[in-house]
Amino acid sequence: MAQNSGPMDQFIIKPLINVDLAGIDISYTNSALLMTFAVFGTFCLFWIATRKRTIVPTRWQSIGELIYGFTASMVKDNVGKEGMRYFPFILTLFMFVFFGNVLGLMPYSFTFTSHLFVNGVLAVFIFVGVTIIGFSHHKLHYLRMFCPEGTPIAVAIVLIPIEIMSYCIRPVTLSLRLFANMLAGHVLLKVLAGFIISMGLMLGWIPFLALIAITLLEILVALIQTYVFALLATIYLNDAINMH
Amino acid sequence: MDVEAAKFIGAGLAAIGVIGGGIGVGQVWAYYMSAISRNPSIKDEIQTPVYLGFALSEATALFALVIALVILFG
Repeated sequence: MAQNSGPMDQFIIKPLINVDLAGIDISYTNSALLMTFAVFGTFCLFWIATRKRTIVPTRWQSIGELIYGFTASMVKDNVGKEGMRYFPFILTLFMFVFFGNVLGLMPYSFTFTSHLFVNGVLAVFIFVGVTIIGFSHHKLHYLRMFCPEGTPIAVAIVLIPIEIMSYCIRPVTLSLRLFANMLAGHVLLKVLAGFIISMGLMLGWIPFLALIAITLLEILVALIQTYVFALLATIYLNDAINMH
Repeated sequence: MDVEAAKFIGAGLAAIGVIGGGIGVGQVWAYYMSAISRNPSIKDEIQTPVYLGFALSEATALFALVIALVILFG
Protein backbone atom coordinates (compact mmCIF):
# COMPACT_ATOMS: atom_id res chain seq x y z
CA MET A 1 0.00 0.00 0.00
CA ALA A 2 2.46 2.61 -1.18
CA GLN A 3 -0.06 5.23 -2.16
CA ASN A 4 -0.16 8.62 -0.49
CA SER A 5 -3.28 7.99 1.58
CA GLY A 6 -4.57 9.87 4.58
CA PRO A 7 -6.93 9.10 7.45
CA MET A 8 -9.98 10.24 5.48
CA ASP A 9 -9.55 7.64 2.74
CA GLN A 10 -11.42 5.01 4.74
CA PHE A 11 -14.71 6.82 4.15
CA ILE A 12 -14.60 6.67 0.36
CA ILE A 13 -17.51 4.67 -1.05
CA LYS A 14 -16.24 2.21 -3.64
CA PRO A 15 -18.63 0.44 -6.02
CA LEU A 16 -18.11 -3.33 -6.00
CA ILE A 17 -20.58 -4.31 -8.73
CA ASN A 18 -21.38 -1.51 -11.17
CA VAL A 19 -25.09 -1.31 -11.93
CA ASP A 20 -26.24 1.56 -14.11
CA LEU A 21 -30.01 1.85 -14.50
CA ALA A 22 -30.79 4.37 -17.25
CA GLY A 23 -28.19 6.84 -16.11
CA ILE A 24 -28.78 6.45 -12.37
CA ASP A 25 -25.94 4.79 -10.52
CA ILE A 26 -27.29 2.11 -8.19
CA SER A 27 -24.15 0.00 -7.93
CA TYR A 28 -23.57 -2.38 -5.07
CA THR A 29 -21.01 -0.50 -2.98
CA ASN A 30 -18.90 -1.46 0.02
CA SER A 31 -21.42 0.43 2.16
CA ALA A 32 -24.21 -1.81 0.81
CA LEU A 33 -22.05 -4.88 1.45
CA LEU A 34 -21.62 -3.94 5.10
CA MET A 35 -25.36 -3.28 5.41
CA THR A 36 -25.96 -6.78 4.00
CA PHE A 37 -23.59 -8.16 6.64
CA ALA A 38 -25.47 -6.22 9.34
CA VAL A 39 -28.85 -7.65 8.30
CA PHE A 40 -27.36 -11.14 7.91
CA GLY A 41 -25.66 -10.85 11.30
CA THR A 42 -28.88 -9.81 13.03
CA PHE A 43 -30.79 -12.64 11.37
CA CYS A 44 -28.16 -15.24 12.34
CA LEU A 45 -27.93 -13.96 15.90
CA PHE A 46 -31.64 -14.24 16.58
CA TRP A 47 -32.01 -17.46 14.59
CA ILE A 48 -29.33 -19.25 16.62
CA ALA A 49 -30.75 -17.71 19.79
CA THR A 50 -34.21 -19.16 19.22
CA ARG A 51 -33.37 -22.60 17.88
CA LYS A 52 -33.73 -24.53 21.16
CA ARG A 53 -36.10 -22.90 23.59
CA THR A 54 -35.17 -24.08 27.08
CA ILE A 55 -36.35 -22.57 30.35
CA VAL A 56 -32.80 -22.31 31.64
CA PRO A 57 -31.23 -20.57 28.66
CA THR A 58 -28.23 -21.82 26.75
CA ARG A 59 -25.45 -19.39 25.89
CA TRP A 60 -26.76 -18.10 22.55
CA GLN A 61 -30.30 -17.98 23.86
CA SER A 62 -29.26 -15.86 26.81
CA ILE A 63 -27.57 -13.39 24.44
CA GLY A 64 -30.78 -13.09 22.44
CA GLU A 65 -32.84 -12.76 25.62
CA LEU A 66 -30.46 -10.12 26.95
CA ILE A 67 -30.76 -7.94 23.85
CA TYR A 68 -34.52 -8.45 23.60
CA GLY A 69 -35.13 -7.78 27.31
CA PHE A 70 -32.89 -4.73 27.38
CA THR A 71 -34.62 -3.09 24.41
CA ALA A 72 -38.10 -4.14 25.58
CA SER A 73 -37.57 -2.65 29.04
CA MET A 74 -36.25 0.54 27.44
CA VAL A 75 -39.39 0.87 25.28
CA LYS A 76 -41.75 -0.06 28.11
CA ASP A 77 -40.15 2.37 30.58
CA ASN A 78 -40.18 5.27 28.17
CA VAL A 79 -43.40 4.84 26.22
CA GLY A 80 -45.62 2.54 28.27
CA LYS A 81 -47.76 -0.43 27.35
CA GLU A 82 -49.24 0.98 24.15
CA GLY A 83 -45.79 1.82 22.88
CA MET A 84 -44.92 -1.87 22.67
CA ARG A 85 -46.63 -1.87 19.25
CA TYR A 86 -43.56 -0.06 17.95
CA PHE A 87 -41.07 -2.32 19.71
CA PRO A 88 -40.15 -4.35 16.57
CA PHE A 89 -39.12 -1.15 14.80
CA ILE A 90 -37.00 0.01 17.75
CA LEU A 91 -35.30 -3.38 18.04
CA THR A 92 -34.57 -3.46 14.29
CA LEU A 93 -33.17 0.07 14.46
CA PHE A 94 -31.04 -0.85 17.48
CA MET A 95 -29.56 -3.97 15.85
CA PHE A 96 -28.93 -2.23 12.50
CA VAL A 97 -27.08 0.72 14.05
CA PHE A 98 -25.27 -1.64 16.47
CA PHE A 99 -23.88 -3.80 13.67
CA GLY A 100 -23.16 -0.69 11.61
CA ASN A 101 -21.01 0.79 14.35
CA VAL A 102 -19.30 -2.40 15.50
CA LEU A 103 -18.55 -4.01 12.12
CA GLY A 104 -16.61 -0.90 11.13
CA LEU A 105 -14.06 -1.50 13.87
CA MET A 106 -12.55 -4.48 12.08
CA PRO A 107 -9.47 -3.74 9.97
CA TYR A 108 -10.08 -2.90 6.29
CA SER A 109 -13.79 -2.64 7.03
CA PHE A 110 -16.19 0.21 6.38
CA THR A 111 -18.50 1.92 8.86
CA PHE A 112 -21.70 2.65 7.03
CA THR A 113 -23.03 4.75 9.91
CA SER A 114 -20.14 7.16 9.42
CA HIS A 115 -21.90 8.69 6.43
CA LEU A 116 -24.30 11.56 6.98
CA PHE A 117 -26.76 10.34 4.37
CA VAL A 118 -27.25 6.91 5.93
CA ASN A 119 -27.83 8.38 9.39
CA GLY A 120 -29.92 11.15 7.87
CA VAL A 121 -32.26 8.67 6.19
CA LEU A 122 -32.70 6.74 9.46
CA ALA A 123 -33.36 9.95 11.40
CA VAL A 124 -35.80 11.27 8.78
CA PHE A 125 -37.71 7.96 8.91
CA ILE A 126 -38.00 8.30 12.68
CA PHE A 127 -39.00 11.99 12.50
CA VAL A 128 -41.64 11.58 9.78
CA GLY A 129 -42.95 8.39 11.39
CA VAL A 130 -43.24 9.99 14.82
CA THR A 131 -45.03 13.04 13.39
CA ILE A 132 -47.50 10.83 11.52
CA ILE A 133 -48.08 8.75 14.67
CA GLY A 134 -48.66 11.94 16.67
CA PHE A 135 -51.18 13.35 14.22
CA SER A 136 -53.01 10.05 13.90
CA HIS A 137 -53.31 9.65 17.69
CA HIS A 138 -54.30 13.18 18.59
CA LYS A 139 -55.56 14.73 15.32
CA LEU A 140 -54.99 18.50 15.47
CA HIS A 141 -54.53 18.47 19.24
CA TYR A 142 -50.95 17.37 18.48
CA LEU A 143 -50.15 21.00 17.69
CA ARG A 144 -50.66 21.69 21.40
CA MET A 145 -47.19 20.27 21.87
CA PHE A 146 -45.70 23.55 20.65
CA CYS A 147 -47.73 25.71 23.01
CA PRO A 148 -48.67 24.17 26.36
CA GLU A 149 -51.98 24.97 28.02
CA GLY A 150 -52.23 28.24 29.86
CA THR A 151 -49.26 30.21 28.60
CA PRO A 152 -49.86 33.96 28.27
CA ILE A 153 -49.99 35.34 24.72
CA ALA A 154 -46.78 37.33 25.07
CA VAL A 155 -44.80 34.25 26.06
CA ALA A 156 -46.50 32.13 23.42
CA ILE A 157 -45.38 34.43 20.58
CA VAL A 158 -41.74 33.83 21.53
CA LEU A 159 -42.22 30.21 22.57
CA ILE A 160 -43.92 28.78 19.48
CA PRO A 161 -41.14 29.50 16.92
CA ILE A 162 -38.50 28.21 19.34
CA GLU A 163 -40.50 25.04 19.96
CA ILE A 164 -41.11 24.45 16.26
CA MET A 165 -37.41 24.98 15.52
CA SER A 166 -36.30 22.62 18.25
CA TYR A 167 -38.81 20.04 17.01
CA CYS A 168 -37.66 20.27 13.40
CA ILE A 169 -33.97 20.10 14.31
CA ARG A 170 -34.44 16.67 15.90
CA PRO A 171 -33.56 14.60 12.80
CA VAL A 172 -30.52 16.82 12.20
CA THR A 173 -29.08 16.38 15.67
CA LEU A 174 -29.99 12.71 15.83
CA SER A 175 -28.12 11.88 12.63
CA LEU A 176 -25.29 14.33 13.22
CA ARG A 177 -24.55 12.93 16.68
CA LEU A 178 -24.02 9.38 15.40
CA PHE A 179 -22.17 10.58 12.29
CA ALA A 180 -19.77 12.82 14.20
CA ASN A 181 -19.01 10.18 16.84
CA MET A 182 -18.23 7.51 14.24
CA LEU A 183 -16.25 9.90 12.02
CA ALA A 184 -14.12 11.29 14.84
CA GLY A 185 -13.44 7.86 16.33
CA HIS A 186 -12.35 6.25 13.12
CA VAL A 187 -10.21 9.20 12.01
CA LEU A 188 -8.46 9.03 15.40
CA LEU A 189 -7.81 5.32 14.93
CA LYS A 190 -6.29 5.85 11.49
CA VAL A 191 -4.14 8.78 12.61
CA LEU A 192 -2.71 6.75 15.51
CA ALA A 193 -2.08 3.83 13.16
CA GLY A 194 -0.16 6.20 10.90
CA PHE A 195 1.98 7.23 13.84
CA ILE A 196 2.88 3.60 14.52
CA ILE A 197 4.22 3.17 10.99
CA SER A 198 6.04 6.48 10.87
CA MET A 199 7.69 6.14 14.28
CA GLY A 200 9.26 2.90 13.17
CA LEU A 201 10.40 -0.10 15.20
CA MET A 202 12.10 1.59 18.15
CA LEU A 203 9.39 3.97 19.32
CA GLY A 204 6.41 2.40 17.57
CA TRP A 205 5.10 0.64 20.67
CA ILE A 206 3.94 3.90 22.28
CA PRO A 207 1.25 4.68 19.71
CA PHE A 208 0.51 0.96 19.58
CA LEU A 209 -0.54 0.93 23.24
CA ALA A 210 -2.53 4.11 22.67
CA LEU A 211 -4.23 2.41 19.70
CA ILE A 212 -5.27 -0.56 21.85
CA ALA A 213 -6.77 1.79 24.45
CA ILE A 214 -8.54 3.92 21.83
CA THR A 215 -9.96 0.82 20.10
CA LEU A 216 -11.48 -0.33 23.40
CA LEU A 217 -12.88 3.17 23.86
CA GLU A 218 -14.31 3.06 20.34
CA ILE A 219 -16.12 -0.21 21.07
CA LEU A 220 -17.63 1.47 24.15
CA VAL A 221 -18.57 4.56 22.13
CA ALA A 222 -20.19 2.37 19.44
CA LEU A 223 -22.35 0.63 22.07
CA ILE A 224 -23.30 3.86 23.83
CA GLN A 225 -24.15 5.63 20.58
CA THR A 226 -26.48 2.84 19.41
CA TYR A 227 -28.17 2.85 22.82
CA VAL A 228 -28.60 6.63 22.71
CA PHE A 229 -29.93 6.53 19.13
CA ALA A 230 -32.59 3.97 20.03
CA LEU A 231 -33.35 5.70 23.34
CA LEU A 232 -33.91 9.07 21.66
CA ALA A 233 -36.15 7.40 19.08
CA THR A 234 -38.31 5.98 21.90
CA ILE A 235 -38.33 9.35 23.69
CA TYR A 236 -39.56 11.08 20.52
CA LEU A 237 -42.15 8.33 20.18
CA ASN A 238 -43.26 8.97 23.76
CA ASP A 239 -43.59 12.68 23.01
CA ALA A 240 -45.92 11.82 20.14
CA ILE A 241 -48.05 9.20 21.87
CA ASN A 242 -48.27 10.65 25.39
CA MET A 243 -47.88 14.35 24.82
CA HIS A 244 -45.57 15.89 27.43
CA MET B 1 -3.00 34.64 2.72
CA ASP B 2 -3.10 31.20 1.09
CA VAL B 3 -6.40 29.34 1.04
CA GLU B 4 -4.67 26.28 2.53
CA ALA B 5 -3.21 28.30 5.40
CA ALA B 6 -6.57 29.93 6.10
CA LYS B 7 -8.20 26.49 6.16
CA PHE B 8 -5.76 25.24 8.78
CA ILE B 9 -6.21 28.33 10.92
CA GLY B 10 -9.99 28.11 10.63
CA ALA B 11 -10.05 24.43 11.56
CA GLY B 12 -7.85 25.08 14.55
CA LEU B 13 -10.08 27.89 15.78
CA ALA B 14 -13.26 25.87 15.25
CA ALA B 15 -11.93 22.94 17.25
CA ILE B 16 -11.58 25.15 20.34
CA GLY B 17 -15.32 24.69 20.85
CA VAL B 18 -14.78 21.10 21.93
CA ILE B 19 -13.65 22.40 25.33
CA GLY B 20 -17.30 22.94 26.29
CA GLY B 21 -18.00 19.29 25.63
CA GLY B 22 -15.18 18.19 27.87
CA ILE B 23 -16.45 20.34 30.73
CA GLY B 24 -20.03 19.19 30.20
CA VAL B 25 -19.25 15.47 30.11
CA GLY B 26 -17.07 15.82 33.17
CA GLN B 27 -19.94 17.48 35.03
CA VAL B 28 -22.38 14.71 34.08
CA TRP B 29 -20.19 11.99 35.59
CA ALA B 30 -19.18 14.16 38.56
CA TYR B 31 -22.82 14.60 39.56
CA TYR B 32 -23.46 10.91 38.93
CA MET B 33 -20.68 9.96 41.34
CA SER B 34 -21.84 12.50 43.90
CA ALA B 35 -25.39 11.13 43.66
CA ILE B 36 -24.17 7.55 44.16
CA SER B 37 -22.07 8.61 47.13
CA ARG B 38 -25.11 10.14 48.81
CA ASN B 39 -27.50 7.30 47.97
CA PRO B 40 -25.82 4.11 46.70
CA SER B 41 -29.10 2.35 45.88
CA ILE B 42 -29.94 4.89 43.15
CA LYS B 43 -27.16 3.55 40.95
CA ASP B 44 -29.31 1.54 38.54
CA GLU B 45 -32.20 3.98 38.50
CA ILE B 46 -30.39 7.03 37.16
CA GLN B 47 -28.16 5.12 34.75
CA THR B 48 -30.42 5.83 31.74
CA PRO B 49 -30.45 9.64 32.19
CA VAL B 50 -26.68 9.59 32.81
CA TYR B 51 -25.91 7.93 29.49
CA LEU B 52 -28.44 10.14 27.71
CA GLY B 53 -26.93 13.29 29.24
CA PHE B 54 -23.43 12.15 28.32
CA ALA B 55 -24.39 11.55 24.69
CA LEU B 56 -26.23 14.86 24.36
CA SER B 57 -23.34 16.95 25.74
CA GLU B 58 -20.80 14.95 23.72
CA ALA B 59 -22.88 15.62 20.60
CA THR B 60 -22.56 19.39 21.07
CA ALA B 61 -18.79 19.05 21.31
CA LEU B 62 -18.71 16.95 18.18
CA PHE B 63 -20.76 19.53 16.27
CA ALA B 64 -17.81 21.91 16.73
CA LEU B 65 -15.45 19.19 15.52
CA VAL B 66 -17.62 18.57 12.43
CA ILE B 67 -17.42 22.30 11.56
CA ALA B 68 -13.63 22.06 11.86
CA LEU B 69 -13.53 19.03 9.56
CA VAL B 70 -15.86 20.68 7.04
CA ILE B 71 -13.55 23.72 6.95
CA LEU B 72 -10.51 21.52 6.54
CA PHE B 73 -11.78 19.05 3.96
CA GLY B 74 -14.85 20.66 2.33
